[in-house]
Amino acid sequence: MSAPNPALGLRYFRRKAIERLAVGGMLLCAGITIFFLVTILGYVLYRGATAIDWEFLTSLPLPPGETGGGIANALIGSALVVACAAMMAVPIGLGAAVFVNEFPSAGLGRFVRFLAEVMTGVPSIVVGLFAYALIVRPFGSFSGFSGSVAYAFIMIPIILISAHEAFRLVPDSLREASLALGISKWRTIMRVVLPVSSRALLTGVVLAVSRALGEAAPMLFTAFGNPYWSLNLGKPIATVPLLIYTYATAPYEDWHRKAWAASFILLVVVLITSVLTRAFLRGKSNE
Amino acid sequence: MMKVKLFILSTVIIALFAAGEQAFAGCPTKGVKELTGAGATFPYPLYSKMFAEYVKVCNVKVNYQSIGSGGGIRQLQELTVDFGASDGIMDDKQKAEAKHGTVLHIPTVAGAEAIVYNLPGIQRGQLKLTPDVLVDIYLKKIKTWNDARIKSLNPSLNLPGTDIAVVHRSDGSGTTFIFTNYLAKVSPEWKDKVGFATSVNWPGDVGGKGNEGVANSVQQIPGAIGYVELAYAKQNNMAWAQLKNRGGTFLEPSLESAALAADQPNLPDNMEVMITDSANPKAYPITGFTWLLVYENQKDEAKADAIAQLAWWMVHEGQQYALPLEYAPLKGPALKKAEALVKKIKANGKPILN
Amino acid sequence: MQSEPQALNRPLLQSRSGKTKARDAQVINLGDRVFYVATRSLAFCVIVLALLLTADLIRGAWESIGTFGLKFLVGTTWDPVTRQFGTLPTIIGTVVKATIGLLLAVPISIGSAIFIAFYVPKSLRPIISYPIELLAGIPSIVFGLWGLFVMVPVIRIVQIWLKAHFGWFFLFNGPAVYGVGVLSGSVILAIMVIPIVTAISRDILLTVPRLQIEGMLALGATKWEAIWKVALPYARVGLVGAVILGLGRAIGETMAVTMVGGNSFDLIHSLFDPVHSMASQIASEFTEATYGLYVSSLIYVGLVLFGITICVSLLAQLLIWKLSKGKVAIFE
Repeated sequence: MSAPNPALGLRYFRRKAIERLAVGGMLLCAGITIFFLVTILGYVLYRGATAIDWEFLTSLPLPPGETGGGIANALIGSALVVACAAMMAVPIGLGAAVFVNEFPSAGLGRFVRFLAEVMTGVPSIVVGLFAYALIVRPFGSFSGFSGSVAYAFIMIPIILISAHEAFRLVPDSLREASLALGISKWRTIMRVVLPVSSRALLTGVVLAVSRALGEAAPMLFTAFGNPYWSLNLGKPIATVPLLIYTYATAPYEDWHRKAWAASFILLVVVLITSVLTRAFLRGKSNE
Repeated sequence: MMKVKLFILSTVIIALFAAGEQAFAGCPTKGVKELTGAGATFPYPLYSKMFAEYVKVCNVKVNYQSIGSGGGIRQLQELTVDFGASDGIMDDKQKAEAKHGTVLHIPTVAGAEAIVYNLPGIQRGQLKLTPDVLVDIYLKKIKTWNDARIKSLNPSLNLPGTDIAVVHRSDGSGTTFIFTNYLAKVSPEWKDKVGFATSVNWPGDVGGKGNEGVANSVQQIPGAIGYVELAYAKQNNMAWAQLKNRGGTFLEPSLESAALAADQPNLPDNMEVMITDSANPKAYPITGFTWLLVYENQKDEAKADAIAQLAWWMVHEGQQYALPLEYAPLKGPALKKAEALVKKIKANGKPILN
Repeated sequence: MQSEPQALNRPLLQSRSGKTKARDAQVINLGDRVFYVATRSLAFCVIVLALLLTADLIRGAWESIGTFGLKFLVGTTWDPVTRQFGTLPTIIGTVVKATIGLLLAVPISIGSAIFIAFYVPKSLRPIISYPIELLAGIPSIVFGLWGLFVMVPVIRIVQIWLKAHFGWFFLFNGPAVYGVGVLSGSVILAIMVIPIVTAISRDILLTVPRLQIEGMLALGATKWEAIWKVALPYARVGLVGAVILGLGRAIGETMAVTMVGGNSFDLIHSLFDPVHSMASQIASEFTEATYGLYVSSLIYVGLVLFGITICVSLLAQLLIWKLSKGKVAIFE
């Protein structure tokens, strides 16, 4: 813009200025987010990187005063407990969200959505106590399964709400087109609505899984913890967040480093889950 | 003939001796391979070391998780664990709610609590405090470090005019129980106004989560004062105060002076006693036991055997792991009373160990 | 598009507004019916879970409700020794920390989401998106520890500066030197909420039909105007949903806020005062609660928190209704 164009008035410059301001604002917001990202991830790495080695990933925890040892049983335990939780939470969350959005009957759908929103605010320790009352007390013993129930309770509302929002944004025109072609309603949902919203669905699932992977408080009264190898979900089992909590609150520097290292491993697991599920999705949608 | 009789006799004696030895070897004899326990956080590092060694000696896996003394008591009441662990003594109501009758409090080790502070230039052990000054600091009656009463105890120190930031535990804990119990013993005013429990209505200032929360807050806030388990004070290189005990001596917290607190006459048989403000003139005043909570009358003979053997091993062979991990082992009269309590464990009326 | 119901002799579903929509398509064959029943049962599972939780909370809190009634909500003393329990200070603590936390987090999250969705080229998007999801996956205890070791000293410096220059303002007239307190608690909540809201908002903004935006641009709008006038209104309701998820985290977060919140039971007077939130109170005291009324009172606190979440959700629905100027029916 060398010579001022007489067709452009003050209004144009004002709009341009607002645009610049807005972009600046967005950049600032994104910058703040990235700043915290880098600071926190960097700090976790800084505190824990030195403790990560092959032994850390493959051996059982050792008592204090002995160097070495690892978090292998907790890694496997967390994987089992969260996988079991996801097997319960994903169908319920997705299925209920489908019901809420695709079958908008008089009251049930909105009530379910409302309940899910209320459930997101329940503190994780209260969820743990609930799972304790529901599963541990009647069966008389702590178990990995009760931990899965607690995690499922935390995961369902996250999956439901993000899936519902995703379905809501699928344009009706797509559904109409599908129905106009004679495709029945359920096939429309499975073949049109779900694939179109799959990216957002996956985000919801990944967020829910990473939330569950990191919650320690519910495990206190459910999965309980176990210093030995165990693959049995019917008995106490070790989980990573509980281990982090125990190590971080002890007076030993060696255990502190292990807590940070375990946190870093957890993040790597979240990243891998995120990348793998997205890659899997991209593969499928190319068909 | 005589030789044969002698031979048989000596064999029998040796066999009996060996059998007797076996009963006291500390390993379960009736086939139990796993035990579950829950409770206090304070002894968790020690117990995890003990149990890691125990599985090598006896091939029995003990799964102990530190969910808090209250949690341990509750799980024991509801019979979801084989034994509990607590830094505090069960009160009558809790005992009444224990589903299987009387609960034995078997002490395993003792620990000391340090009074830590953040005063630039004043090193560990330089600050001297008396019980009444400590109480009034926590009651927010003494507000600045250069208060006359603190100065008179420490004439040679350069005390600043900063406000005293009082740090306490925000979560319920045995550490608080021991500390407030001590304050209640030395100050009727504290006993009246605040009392002692795992969690109290503190007159002021900052609550930190866990020992590490308190340690951190004290380290970060200039002019702060707080109470933490000795291991945390050592681990974080914190400055702690000398405290005047009942006998009139100023003492720094240490494992030796803590063990001496347990060494006092007239310990009750059930060992349900707080050893704060000990009568022993060489003992550090803020000390406490941690107990194993076990039902006196067990249902299952095999389990009872396993628990009794474990408890016996913990108060004998297990004690060697205490000092390196900053715990005070049981000595003298305390050890004897602990042994007597372990011997009380019975199954269906029959004692396990004799 | 409607067809005559064949398997059923009555219309199964109808839109409340009377206008038919694609989603109201009738269930017309066995496959549809099975699908309907299956998803409905899954929805029922959610209802059952929520009701069981409510029942469990009420049952656990019963003794305390009987002893204190509604005075519990306005009592200011929490004393386990004299058995006096009142939760007003922690209600205020929770609400204040969550509110400030959201006020800080929402603009930053939505701004970041807009940035990722519209200003970052497609190929570069994963580079920012994956780390944000990572941030969402950091365990609360790690947030708490980082907060205590790294954030609190910084906030302390900020607080001391604020008190020195603006100490006459009541918000800044408090114990700046503690570092832990309302401000620290709010900031850590904000940091924890940002990744959730950003991730979901980003996805929602990405589903805005490009056609509409390109249309605006073709008409001469600046990019920002296209976003502001087209994308955001379209995505408005979804963005509120993202914020609600963030709000859930802000209200229910325990570990991190316990470590940097200061945790006292006094009424707050400034941004620097230490105070418990209800979740941190429950988490802190539950494992050591030694008698029935104590445990029951803590569960009562949980019930109160539950009630507050219900009120906030209702308010959110009202907000959605107003935002869509009544065109979107409540709860739809």
